[in-house]
Amino acid sequence: MASLKELKGRINSVKSTQKITKAKQMVAAAKLRKAQAAAEAARPYAQRLGEVMASLASKVTGDSAPRLLTGTGKDQRHLLVVANSDKGLAGAFNSNIVRAALAKANELKAQGKDVDFYLIGRKGRAPIRRQHPKNIAHMFDTTEVREPGYAEAERIVAELMEMYEAGKFDVAHLFFSKFKSALTQEPTRLQIIPVPAPEVVTTSQAAVEYEPDEEDILAELLPRYLKTQIFGALLENQASEQGASMTAMDNATRNAGELIQKLTIQYNRSRQAAITTELIEIIAGAEAL
Amino acid sequence: MALHFELVTPAKLVRSEDVYMVVVPGTEGDFGVLEGHAPFMSTVRDGAIQIFRTEGAAPENIEVRGGFAEVSEAGLTVLAERVEA
Repeated sequence: MASLKELKGRINSVKSTQKITKAKQMVAAAKLRKAQAAAEAARPYAQRLGEVMASLASKVTGDSAPRLLTGTGKDQRHLLVVANSDKGLAGAFNSNIVRAALAKANELKAQGKDVDFYLIGRKGRAPIRRQHPKNIAHMFDTTEVREPGYAEAERIVAELMEMYEAGKFDVAHLFFSKFKSALTQEPTRLQIIPVPAPEVVTTSQAAVEYEPDEEDILAELLPRYLKTQIFGALLENQASEQGASMTAMDNATRNAGELIQKLTIQYNRSRQAAITTELIEIIAGAEAL
Repeated sequence: MALHFELVTPAKLVRSEDVYMVVVPGTEGDFGVLEGHAPFMSTVRDGAIQIFRTEGAAPENIEVRGGFAEVSEAGLTVLAERVEA
């Protein structure tokens, strides 16, 4: 039986933990709203660009098409771009993304392909490095910026393009967590290089004039399209992280509350037991006289 | 009647309004878009887009970086990576 003092100490420590989880939950709720708004604001641009890309890609075919669209013609070296957050306390958010990436890596390796990783964010590093210590191509650091945004997406794409031009990989996949609601986030895989031809939406048949010609426009738009996709993934990730964090912290707060209640009851009982014992001793002593 | 003009960046939808004419600095030269312009796509060089709200009105300038313009029957859409305030 724990002593009264010990019990009191435990109650206090659980209480301070609860304070932390509660604060984190409220912060996450506030940030979630902001992240959701940002993700929504980015949607029109991505959608328009997707439509333009679709209509262009259907027109440019054959040898003149850029390599970003057609691929290198090989399917041997795969790059897995894994986007994680920098902070923990978000439930299974990071481990879900990592698990999806590792599963894909094992699948590719079983097919005899080469797999490399490009890690965004701090939380994916340890678990992936443990399993594939030699295959980390690059770790992109986002710890210095508060919220990864378009500038980061631009830098990531520039690095990816450089690696692609240098022939370091043939196919790139992007792993991130799609935000569905505060309760559910879905780890998602997206092929980013070669750019999968967006679905052709039936646009009008009117002859469109291009300036400069289709190929040049396409060559300029492809990297931009990539940036938009990475940017979109970063935003989705942020919203997911906050959502996951909010849910996890809500659970933690509730569990702490239950634990406090249990400990308090135990504390009161032992206090009462101690008082009773003392009384019995006094009464027994008085009767003996 | 007016031209429907939209200016979109990754961060947000900057403009969506009906205007009289927009002059866009295309890579191969400036071009003005009025209502009923033929379908057209062009990359945009870094510079100022001029928006004429009404005929003969003083233009409003918006600086864009990394842009792309599309004219369809729905109107003019400019996609820009950044908009300078």
